[in-house]
Amino acid sequence: MGQTDAAVTRSEVEDFLYHEAALLDSWKLDEWLALLTEDATYRVPSNDRPESDPKSALFMIADDIRRIRARVTRLKDPHAHAEFPRSRTRRMISNVRIVEKNPLRVEANFIVHRFRSNDDVRRYVGLYRYTLVREGSALKIRSREAILDAMELASLGTVSFIL
Amino acid sequence: MQLIVSEPKAHRFEVNRAALVDPEIFAREREKVFERCWLYVGHESEVREPGDFRTRIICGRPILFCRDSQNEPRVFLNTCRHRGAVVCREAEGNAKRFTCFYHGWTYDRDGKLYAIPGQDAYPPNFDRAQYGLQAPPRVDSYRGLVFLNFDRAAVPLADYLGKAREYIDLVLDQSPSGRMEVIHGTQDYDIKANWKLLVENSFDDYHLITTHATWLDYLKNSGVQVKKPEKGHVLPSHGLGKDLANGHGTTDNVNFRGRPVAAWIPIYGDEAKPELDRIRQEITARLGAERAKRVCDTNRNLLIFPNLVLLDGSSVSIRSFQPIAPDRMRVRAWALGPVEETPLARQVRLDSFLTFYGPGGFATPDDIEALESVQQGVGSYKEVQWSPITRGIAKEGEQLNTDEAHLRAFWTQWDKLMRQ
Repeated sequence: MGQTDAAVTRSEVEDFLYHEAALLDSWKLDEWLALLTEDATYRVPSNDRPESDPKSALFMIADDIRRIRARVTRLKDPHAHAEFPRSRTRRMISNVRIVEKNPLRVEANFIVHRFRSNDDVRRYVGLYRYTLVREGSALKIRSREAILDAMELASLGTVSFIL
Repeated sequence: MQLIVSEPKAHRFEVNRAALVDPEIFAREREKVFERCWLYVGHESEVREPGDFRTRIICGRPILFCRDSQNEPRVFLNTCRHRGAVVCREAEGNAKRFTCFYHGWTYDRDGKLYAIPGQDAYPPNFDRAQYGLQAPPRVDSYRGLVFLNFDRAAVPLADYLGKAREYIDLVLDQSPSGRMEVIHGTQDYDIKANWKLLVENSFDDYHLITTHATWLDYLKNSGVQVKKPEKGHVLPSHGLGKDLANGHGTTDNVNFRGRPVAAWIPIYGDEAKPELDRIRQEITARLGAERAKRVCDTNRNLLIFPNLVLLDGSSVSIRSFQPIAPDRMRVRAWALGPVEETPLARQVRLDSFLTFYGPGGFATPDDIEALESVQQGVGSYKEVQWSPITRGIAKEGEQLNTDEAHLRAFWTQWDKLMRQ
């Protein structure tokens, strides 16, 4: 797999996360998949167990790369009723921090606004945790965890889009 | 207002859509249904040690579910006897005593009023023993599932569950000791729909092919054999819908999907295969071939009237839901697994859960979308007043899971209670 890079800077990481956010907000899901390594994971823990392992605790999402791809296949299908018509989302990412360089672990705050017709805006607020690797000149995502601050999912309802 | 038209001989059964919308019906429902029936509180495994507690809201009442000093699970109304503030305001934890922060009244883990600041100012007839945390009128449990009832005159829980016990037992027989535990992690989400729509959805298999088309595609793309339905059938395998009396009902289906209890599919990975074989051998040795086949190779979505569902399909989930408004409910769902489960089997169970269930699964979000769509649609309930629930009504003999006998049984019991 990829090499980590001691010279990586926060601004490079920020550019990468902003690029990812732009792809997700514009539903360019195949291009988003290209940002992931072959062993990537995507996780959203249950609200009441934010620091857990999906082997021993119930998550809301705990995808390996095969299921991430299956998730994208599903979301591109108009029979994924929960996302048809698709939600509009707008992500705000801030407080980006490199917490470790080897491996490259990054944290960032997020607010993802989700809009659907005739529905109130839903605000998903929380912390992203990434493990990034460098493949060639590009950064790639090896693990991606979205930890929600809400005590319960409650009126947020579902996590049917890529958070 | 007539809420149900039931004329079996004329092959008519219709539900008045006002039942999903009307605020007066909603208010009456709390009194006539929820304050009369046994309501699920939690599972004993959620409070393992003396002092362990969980707080819940059940039928609008804050509830404290805990384990007392004698190691018995207890249920209290979580309201201070002094002014009424919620005594325990944390979702879960362990406490020796529960102190109301407002004026400092303190209760022990058995619910007794342990101490109050400045007791001298109360008159001589003030008896502290009279002011312990109050319990709901009735509390009882069945195989680890703890229920309460706000009606002191209710029938015993075992009688209330009646025929549904057979199906609870089939779920719990997955465990060598017969003991299952709630696994950490709660899926706790709202659906903007009437709670009765989730009752229907939880055991109506008629919706599977269309609502869950992408989930079926996911199975097929992952190497799971999904047969074409036989002529006259909607689903890939044979399944029944059963009326279990008292409003309870279940599906009883030949499995075609993966089951962490011994029905391997490629999604679980090759390394899990010997483990699932071992689980099946244990179950067969313990229960005999016939019952083992029922436990391992049949699925059931079991409704315990009115608001508890045990889903025993891609995994085992306890799902209970609380009406909040005519067009809103709060759902809580947990994964349930055998206490003896190996780490690998537990991992398969949790992973399989997420292929279908929950707010981020490949199926539940589409169910939620369907229910919210119904709720929007029945805004026209004054013009389009009745929904037919007649699938299978003209048939003699077995009722399929895609028929609606079990849905009719639910609505019939609901209507009976509403008219009492």
